[in-house]
Amino acid sequence: MKIAATAGGGLLLGFHWGSSEASTIQLVGAVADDINFNSYLSISPEGVITIFSPNPELGQNIKTSFPMIVAEELDADWSKVKVVQAVLDTKKYERQVTGGSGAVPHSWERLRKAGATARHMLIEAAAKRWGVPSTSLTAENSFVIDKAGNRKLSYGELATEASSITVPADVKLKALKDFKLIGTAVRNVDNKDMITGKPLYGMDFYREGMLTAMIQRPAFGMKLKSFDGAAAKAMPGIVDVVSYKNNVAVVGKSTWQINKARKALKIEYEPEGAIESTADHDKLFKDLLTNGQATVRRKDGDVDAAFKSAAKVITREYQCPFLSHSPMEPMNFFAHVREDGVELVGPTQTPDRARMDVAKLVNMFPDNVTVELTRLGGGFGRRLQADYVVEAAELSRLLKAPVKVIWTREDDLGGGSYRPAVRYRFDAALDANGNLVGYKLRGVGINAGNCTREDNFPSGAVDNLLIDTVEHKSPITTGPWRAPITNFLAFAEQSFLDEVALAAKKDPVKFRLDLLDRAKTSPVGAIKYDIDRMKGVIQMAVEKSGWGTKTNLAQGFSVYFSHRSYVAQVAEVEMKKGKPSLKKIYAVADCGVVVNLSGARQQVTGGIVDGLGHAMYGNLTFKDGAAEQKNFNTYRLIRMKEIPEVECHFVNNGIDPTGLGEPALPPTGGAVANAYFKATGKRLYNQPFSLQEELKGVTLGEKL
Amino acid sequence: MAQYKLQINGRSYEADVDADTPLLWVLRDNFGLVGTKYGCGIAQCGACTVHLNGNAVRSCSLPVSAVGSGKVTTIEGLSANGDHPVQLAWDEVDVAQCGYCQAGQIMSATALLNKKSKPSAEEIEAAMNGNICRCGTYHRIKEAIVVASSKMK
Repeated sequence: MKIAATAGGGLLLGFHWGSSEASTIQLVGAVADDINFNSYLSISPEGVITIFSPNPELGQNIKTSFPMIVAEELDADWSKVKVVQAVLDTKKYERQVTGGSGAVPHSWERLRKAGATARHMLIEAAAKRWGVPSTSLTAENSFVIDKAGNRKLSYGELATEASSITVPADVKLKALKDFKLIGTAVRNVDNKDMITGKPLYGMDFYREGMLTAMIQRPAFGMKLKSFDGAAAKAMPGIVDVVSYKNNVAVVGKSTWQINKARKALKIEYEPEGAIESTADHDKLFKDLLTNGQATVRRKDGDVDAAFKSAAKVITREYQCPFLSHSPMEPMNFFAHVREDGVELVGPTQTPDRARMDVAKLVNMFPDNVTVELTRLGGGFGRRLQADYVVEAAELSRLLKAPVKVIWTREDDLGGGSYRPAVRYRFDAALDANGNLVGYKLRGVGINAGNCTREDNFPSGAVDNLLIDTVEHKSPITTGPWRAPITNFLAFAEQSFLDEVALAAKKDPVKFRLDLLDRAKTSPVGAIKYDIDRMKGVIQMAVEKSGWGTKTNLAQGFSVYFSHRSYVAQVAEVEMKKGKPSLKKIYAVADCGVVVNLSGARQQVTGGIVDGLGHAMYGNLTFKDGAAEQKNFNTYRLIRMKEIPEVECHFVNNGIDPTGLGEPALPPTGGAVANAYFKATGKRLYNQPFSLQEELKGVTLGEKL
Repeated sequence: MAQYKLQINGRSYEADVDADTPLLWVLRDNFGLVGTKYGCGIAQCGACTVHLNGNAVRSCSLPVSAVGSGKVTTIEGLSANGDHPVQLAWDEVDVAQCGYCQAGQIMSATALLNKKSKPSAEEIEAAMNGNICRCGTYHRIKEAIVVASSKMK
């Protein structure tokens, strides 16, 4: 922890993310040697509290929630807090990543300590000025208050004096019951800029003298054979046509002229690896499920014996296609490669990766590469990759000019880092009493890595269990997509368990609760989820949805643990004119303490809409290494008419926050599929649902 | 290339561009009005929605040569201080997640409310169905339109 009086007076407080101990404290001068700083807040003599938000903001609301946590412990007047997006500085901030729903869990205590430490010092400064014991003083709304003396001093008035107070080695944090800001609904700090159309995003970044470029990339498995850019280069407004690696870039000033010239490129490609199509994958999946070389992920007991002696065996398979992330803002980045360093500006979930990859490209020290973060027009995992950042740097180096690379929607769908296509086979063995005595899961994925979550429920509750995976390596690039792997696995598993419960003649909720009790009383192997938290969301979902009490509606249940949090969902389908109509989804989330109720509701509701939309429609197919869906006319995203009512609840049990950007998405597909089954007697096994025979003629949101 | 004189947000702008240049790129590249967003380029997502003579249009598919003397309003021109009832409702309901599509959503919603001050739920859905929100803020968009409707005279 370091403190500095700022040049203009005021308090500058740094706090160290790398250590939870605030023990190494020293006073530093106005120009801080900030090697160990990781984030900070400042208070000006005018009373403006500036909180730097280090993490990339893509809609998960971190730019509002992080500062709220600091402001809470500081007892700051939120209306006077100014939030500033920090640039990349891993020496100060350490973890500047948006991914894995990990930011709030990582920083919760550090942010609280930062606020509480400053508050302590402001109170001490007031005590010193008034000559009273600090224990007689309180703080509220950016003032230190002396109730007995009927007087108060603003944080601004105290800031400079506070900077000379000894920094406490340890500071008392508020009791949860004393939170005033945390847990309330606080509006997004960027609202005003967003609703008035201010330039916030990478696409909006313009620089005098900047060139704009679009790139023609090969299909997966292909490489550049030859190209003729003469016709394109001769078109109006085109500065250059250049080629590097397997790409051809058209460079100019006007986006439209570049787009037009691009169509005049003559490019020949040739195969350099496997040229794959979705039809091949469908065949491959079935073969590899049976004959593939599997990697064992978890093994408990003896599954062969259990299945041999089982009274009943249930085997089901589930498959999903590739998905594109399709953030509304397509990929783009600005780069200026100079002799002495590189300037990068744009939207990225992993600014440090962008810096490292570019440093490697241009053979410079990472310290010579700066990254300024714009707001991200969505990410969903796509912007964890730095391919499009490296492209901008590559072109800037080639052209010796500042360059902004822009992807069209077609580029985005065709050049993704897709959610991998996966197929699962589940096997369950039941004994004569309907107990689950054996469980097998094999996943086959295309560049999916481990496409299971082997330690998730019901692992730990079944005596004999085998989970393994088979991998197919493909030239089609894949990567994390919101709630990686679990975005489809949860549907498959929760649908399968629904079917097993039915075969065991048990209520699906009771079936899960019995298994959880089993895991609690006689755990099998390691248990890596919190049984009580999972039961907690199940029970609350039962209560809120009136599970099992509605005669006019078919309900489907699902519960899933991902990214440290627990979410149960109940979907309700009504039969009308012989058609199933999805009416409502209840969600109960246990993400520990809810920081911002408005943002938390957004993440749950938005996660459900995202999960439903992609389960229903998401479908990216390949023909000869190229994505067949080129734009939103064929790659279907969910629209307003199609959404059911959503009601969300939070357990809010006082546990330190455990993340919410992803956990609400995985349970949705299963809840919806189980409700459709209850209503129609038809099971869904494959996504997208809308293309399955079982849902023929069914339209989301149709007014029946 | 040809010279075009456009009426945007009550001001006169001039651009020397190809006749087929979509209004979207003239706004963004020539006039620096970047509040209007590129999302798909084929009038499927609505991120580029602006008003032409009060009607919501997709500026990504409207050639500049077709604008003529029509009055264009973009998100920047909706109000002087960001206090149009629809903008206020968007803030009050805290609609945005990533926010990228919201300018287009607001322009579609405003065009609807200008024609029909108290739209039904079905009318809201019909008017807004052309605007995609990838973050899934649809519930709040609907709510904000109802709130805005109560604020508009």
